[in-house]
Order: sequence, then C-alpha cells, then structure tokens
Amino acid sequence: MGIRERLSGNEAAAIAMKQINPDVVAAFPITPSTEIPQYFSTFVSNGQVDTEFVAVESEHSAMTACIGAEAAGARAMTATSANGLSLMWEQIYIASSLRLPIVMSLVNRAVSGPLNIHNDHSDAMGVRDSGWIMLFSENNQEAYDNLLMAHKIAENKDVQLPLMVCQDGFITSHSIENIELLEDDKVKSFVGTYKPEHYLLNKEEPIAIGPLDLQAYLFEHKYQQAEGMRNAKKVIAEVSKEFEELTGRKYSFFEEYKLDDAEIAIVCMNSTAGTTKYVVDQLRKNGIKAGLLKIRMFRPFPTEEIAKALSHLKAVAVLDKADSLNGAGGALFEDVTSSMFVNKVQVPVVNYIYGIGGRDTTSKDIESVYNDLAKIADNGGTDDFYRYLGVRK
Amino acid sequence: MAYNLKEIMATKPSRFTAGHRMCAGCGAPVVGRTVLRALKNEDHAVVSCATGCMEVSTFIYPYTSWTDSFIHTAFECAAANSAGAEAAYKALKKQGKIPQDQNTKFIAFGGDGGTYDIGLQSLSGAMERGHDMVYVCYDNGAYMNTGIQRSSATPKFADTTTSPAGKVIPGKMQSRKDLTQIMVGHHLPYVAQSIAINNFKDLYEKSEKAIYTQGPAFLNVLAPCPRGWGYPTDMLMEINKLAVETCYWPLYEVIDGKYHITYKPTNKKPIEEFLKPQRRFKHMFQPGNEWMIEEFQKEVDKRWQELLDLEEITNKSTEE
Repeated sequence: MGIRERLSGNEAAAIAMKQINPDVVAAFPITPSTEIPQYFSTFVSNGQVDTEFVAVESEHSAMTACIGAEAAGARAMTATSANGLSLMWEQIYIASSLRLPIVMSLVNRAVSGPLNIHNDHSDAMGVRDSGWIMLFSENNQEAYDNLLMAHKIAENKDVQLPLMVCQDGFITSHSIENIELLEDDKVKSFVGTYKPEHYLLNKEEPIAIGPLDLQAYLFEHKYQQAEGMRNAKKVIAEVSKEFEELTGRKYSFFEEYKLDDAEIAIVCMNSTAGTTKYVVDQLRKNGIKAGLLKIRMFRPFPTEEIAKALSHLKAVAVLDKADSLNGAGGALFEDVTSSMFVNKVQVPVVNYIYGIGGRDTTSKDIESVYNDLAKIADNGGTDDFYRYLGVRK
Repeated sequence: MAYNLKEIMATKPSRFTAGHRMCAGCGAPVVGRTVLRALKNEDHAVVSCATGCMEVSTFIYPYTSWTDSFIHTAFECAAANSAGAEAAYKALKKQGKIPQDQNTKFIAFGGDGGTYDIGLQSLSGAMERGHDMVYVCYDNGAYMNTGIQRSSATPKFADTTTSPAGKVIPGKMQSRKDLTQIMVGHHLPYVAQSIAINNFKDLYEKSEKAIYTQGPAFLNVLAPCPRGWGYPTDMLMEINKLAVETCYWPLYEVIDGKYHITYKPTNKKPIEEFLKPQRRFKHMFQPGNEWMIEEFQKEVDKRWQELLDLEEITNKSTEE
C-alpha cells in the first residue's frame, strides 16, 4: 500500500529516477533543478542504479548526450530549468523530430533576462511547440507520479516522443511535503524494459539517424511527428488508467475541482492550483460557486475536453505564469480561448499574467480574480481581457 | 606487418560508400573512408557527424553513404552525440543488454567550423570526461559548407567571403588557432595530426591507433577544399604533399604526452610552393605584398621549431 515519506519535489523526482533506473543520465546543474542530478549522482556513486551518469559541460551537451544515448538504444533522462532549457533549445526540437522518448524533469523558473532564479513558466512556454509531451504537476506527488508514467507514454509505438514533467521551482521543488511512494519492484514492472525497434547499437541492423531532409520528405516527417502528438492523448489516458489501478491515484488530462456546478472558474497549472483549491473552498462556504480547472496535460492540448468542461460557466479566468509579450495574451489563454472558439463555446474569458519571476501569489490574489469573475459574469463580458495580477504598474 | 594499401583495399571493403555528393577534389571523403578502413572488419562503429559538408553530402534522405550506424543532430555537438552513445554502450553492455562479444567503436567527424569554433566546448567536454571515442576533425580551413567564411582554422591572409582580400584589408588578419595543441593540453592518451599522403599510410596508421587506444583520442586531419582554396580538382594529393613538405601541416602524434614527429622533410620547401597554387592566397603574390609571404614563412618556421623543441623536451623528460 505504498511507502509514506516526506520529500521535496526535487527529491521526489530523483527517487522516481532511481526507481526507473535509466541507462544514461546526462545533466548540468542549474537552479532550482540542480538537486536532481546531485541526488541522482549519489545513487550512481553508491551503486544503487545501473546508470551511466554523464556530467556534461553544458545543457546543450546534456540534451545532445541524451539524444546520442537514446538513439543508441538506451533510456536517457535529464533535468533542467530556465536558461538551461534555453541552451538546449536547438536539441529539444531535434530530440522530438528524431522521435526519441527522452524524459526530462523541468523545474520551472523564469528565463533571463534579467537574471532571476525563481519560479514562473517562461521556460516551459518557450518550448511549447517543440514536439515534447508536457505534463504539469501541482506538487511533489504529482511530479513523482508523472515521472513514473512518463516512459510508458513516451515510448509507446504510436507516440515515440520525448516528454517533460514540469513542477514549480522552489515552490514545490524545495518544499518538503508528504508523499506516497511505490515500492521499487512495482515501479520496475510498471515502467517495464525499453525495447526500441531500431537503434544505433544494433550491430545487425546499422541505421542512420538525422539526415538532410529536404522538400520531398520533411513535410511528411513533420506530419508523422504531429500524428505522434495526437496519438499521445489516447496513450496518456490509458497509462493514467493503468496507474490508477496500481496506486488508486487518478490522473486525467486536467483536474476539475468543484467545477461541475461552478459558475465562475480559474484555469491554471502547477502549484497555483493548490492555492486556488483553498480559495475555492473558502468561497464555497460563502455560497459562491467557484471552481478550478487544473491542466495536467499541456501538450498535447486537450482542446475539445477543455471547451466542454468550461462550457457551462458564466466567466472564466486563465492564469498564465509567463507573459507572451505578443500584445495578445498568455500562451495558456490563447490555447484555452481558441479551444473554446472552435468548439463553439461562448463564455467570457479573461487572462491574468501572474507570479512572474517568483512574485508570490497569495490566496487574496486568487480571491480577487474570483471577485472580478463574479462581476464579469453579472455584466456578461468584458473588453479588458488581458490583465495582470500583482504587478506594480 | 608493413602497411600495404593494395592488401588493405582487398581485405577491407570501404565502409563509406560511393555515390555521396562531396565535390571532386575534396579532401574530406578521403579522410572519412581512410579512418573507417582502420576499423577491424568484425568491429562495428557508431559514427557521429557535425553539420557541415560531410554530413549534408553523405546523408540526404533517404540515401546514406555510411554502412555503419550513424547519427547527426547539429553543428556544434558531434562530440556530445558520440559521448551519449558511448555512455549507452557502457550501460547496456554492463547490464548484458547487448552481446558481450560485440565491439562497437565511437567515431565523430567534424569540419574546422564544427570543431575549432562552434563545437569546441562540446569537444573539450567529451575529451575531458574520457569517453572511449575518437574525434576526427577534417580541417579545410574555413566554413566551406555555407560558402567559404573564415574560421579560427583559416590561415592568416587567406581570402574568404568574410575576410575578403580588399583594398585596405588583405584577407584574414589573424593567425590560425592550433587546435591540436589545445587537445594535447587535455592530456589525452592519443592526439595526432595527419593528412592523406603516400597511399594514406600516415592517416591509416594513426586512425588505427586512435580507434584502438582505450579512452579519448583526437585526430586533426588537413582536408583541402578545391572551392575554398581555389586549386584544380586533380591537384588534391599534390596540395596535401606540399602542406607537409613545407611544414605548413606537420605530421606528428602525441602519445601520453610524448611528441613524435612522424615525418620530417629532408629539404623543407619554401611556403610559396604551398601558397602559389591556391586562389585564396593569390593577392599575396602581387608586387608589394612580399612581406605577407615572408610573415607567413616566419610563422610556419616558428611553429615547426616549437614542435621540434616539444619533441625533444617531452622525450628527454621521460627518459630520466
């Protein structure tokens, strides 16, 4: 019935990696994800894993070495944050185009500049269309669970795409909370062994990977990649179901918290959902029908399901922990609103950019969003949809 | 057993097949083929290649010239790709996931752009970490794939498209980086500088040593480019010979820190003989530019002398 522990989000990620026992881990330290390779290299030094740990000289090489390893036929993992992910950027696209199911822990942090080491989602938003499956995690438990499910999703023959598990830097990565771990043997049998069809180290079938791919073929290859991402949806549902049977912990594309009968709702990702749940409970005591939709599966984006889940509401606020600097609104806002539009769901929606560079987002801030939503619901809409929460203007 | 090209060609089929699209008179395919021929027939290789002429001309989907396993991802990271694959090999072998009798070698190729410049960090990192691999730089002295732009391997005064010989500035104004020495500074078990001459003996033998030396090895091989250097395509082997005979490109190896110059010309030829047939140095032969040739010669002499000194010093110290 699981092992009760108290761990930080980084510890949880490192323990998940230990239990997965990947063949290769290549990583470079960057705050706030540094602890993951630190803990992991201790497991390597103490012989607790079979992994070759490659202490690379940069994040670019971390992702490149993961690509080399995964293409060679190994399971490869890494962890990074912010500028580390920015430096990997070129290889991030190449990893997914080569259909290599590499798994990464992304401990979300603000991308420079100016330099800031605290949490927002600007790193993740920068790679949102790179062909990686992206799962977001509210707390240490979800970061752990998502990692345990990662390989089964990424390596599925119909998917074959890399996957990143996101959690909030410091807020969950460094906070110690209760967690329920699975036994090592259960993880081992759940994750299974990696059996790639084609790989570099198969002497009997030499293959060439990463061609010059010109006008006659690139389009088809990109289409196949997109198909893999579309297929991921079904596979994520299946793997989550299997995980639920094993652990009793239920995971969907998103979590609906008191959303059924809600009139106003917030859409957000990662740790802010925890604060929002608290506020929803408080508002409910006062008879306010508040709800929450917490995105877990950001890529692929569950457009129809989200549109449906929000269709009965009177007003919706989408919280983006990264500004898109496009004059139009945050990335999550754009995805949610276009999902609603194409599915013919007409509900007033507002966007709040919040928590940039680790700016604290309190229950009072969240409450103010619900107060705004109540007004919008009464007025039937607003033109002022691109807003900020907690900024000094 | 003495080196015999005919016998090698008879017993070791080329692992880099014909039909690739490298230019006539290019030095790089000769390097690729010779290095891979140094593999034992029964051994398997994972080849990694930086973006550059060699990659884009040999692996255009759905065709490939590589008969071994091959990976290319980007310009600056052939070394890290090899490093990752080599780490996978170690891990999988340890766990019995690949046959114990399988012998896979890891060989990375990059031009001077992907090696001296944009890929230097990746190379340095992989070498320092001690992966059991060989990195081969085919140095053609400029970014040839994008159309002859200067690199840190471009010799002084060379006319390139980003260091054009103009009315005020006579070509590249900086000296060539000595990457081989930088790699020696990594204290690798095997570092060598080579070129394809004399039935490829020097290159073949150094490749064999590099591949079968346990740990990281580095080969720097001069690979002339007819487009960038401006010589007739049938002159490749002659240009190679002149690079060595003038001591522009000395042949040597450094084994565990000990230098060994593998060829010392009896009569070192003047540098003009190497420069003259090349269009990129044409402006150096205009009246009034004699100083450029003199300066070039001085630099070649200085570097050659340094090498002779290093050979003497490193062999002396270990004898004591």
